[in-house]
Amino acid sequence: MDGYGMQNQIACIRRSLFDQGYLDEQFIQLEELQDDTNPNFVQEIVTLFYTDSARLIQNIELTLNSRPINFSKLDDYMHQFKGSSSSIGAKKVTSECAVFRQYCAAGNAEAYISSLLPHIYTD
Amino acid sequence: MATQTQFHVLAVDDSLIDRKLIERLLKTSSYQVTAVDSGSKALEFLGLNGENEDEERNSSVESVSAADEDHQVGVNLIITDYCMPGMTGYDLLRKIKQSSSFKDIPVVIMSSENIPSRINRCLEDGAEEFFLKPVKLSDVNKLRPHLMKGITTKNEMQSNTNKRKGSEEIQSPDRTRPRYNELEVV
Repeated sequence: MDGYGMQNQIACIRRSLFDQGYLDEQFIQLEELQDDTNPNFVQEIVTLFYTDSARLIQNIELTLNSRPINFSKLDDYMHQFKGSSSSIGAKKVTSECAVFRQYCAAGNAEAYISSLLPHIYTD
Repeated sequence: MATQTQFHVLAVDDSLIDRKLIERLLKTSSYQVTAVDSGSKALEFLGLNGENEDEERNSSVESVSAADEDHQVGVNLIITDYCMPGMTGYDLLRKIKQSSSFKDIPVVIMSSENIPSRINRCLEDGAEEFFLKPVKLSDVNKLRPHLMKGITTKNEMQSNTNKRKGSEEIQSPDRTRPRYNELEVV
């Protein structure tokens, strides 16, 4: 495949992420902050997000596996996760966090998690 | 008498991602940035460690990075997250406004939560702006007027000092006017 074909494909994938609601305009803000003096800004901040998210998900899992569930801690982790995903423009993750927090507020974390588990690692 | 060529902003946020974002936003706007992860680190940077602020100032004014306007590196604006463990952004705002050396530094609060009572309380207690996260370039553009106001004040203070030293200007002996009624930039 030639260079143009590859770029075209990347552009299509990028556009579909917006169309499907995975990314929002905040991601565009990140792209706009990238320039010749900071050519890897998007990559750097997204990488930071992945590392940070992995840490948060691990903590969330631990909290969910402990009895009784510490909902205050859970809410704190979800607040952090929602915050960082929103700053990145990860729209779907942000809204899932918001929904999860509502379940937590209702004390219903387990019901939500069992419905969500297949999606957490793929989205 | 030199006007600073670059504004220095102190950014406070416990989130690594948000720190990276705000740092990039501020640097893109040509501001010098120091980013710290807590209110206590922010106070430490400013030199407001202990309870007795004057004691701290006298003992550490040369060793701390951000001292007063005559020091090479001063802080022109503080932008802080609201929700932080330990000291919140609101607590930090209050401490800064209670400090005689730093109360005139503009403070901006950021928060991911749109809670009107929280926003109003921050603005009433001295915050210049309240940004909802995620923060964008259009938000950072709103900082400039607050920074420019600081420069005007600084020059006005210096010109007042100069006037007092010379005596060509007539000053009424019982002058008690507030500091901000002149807008002339020297």
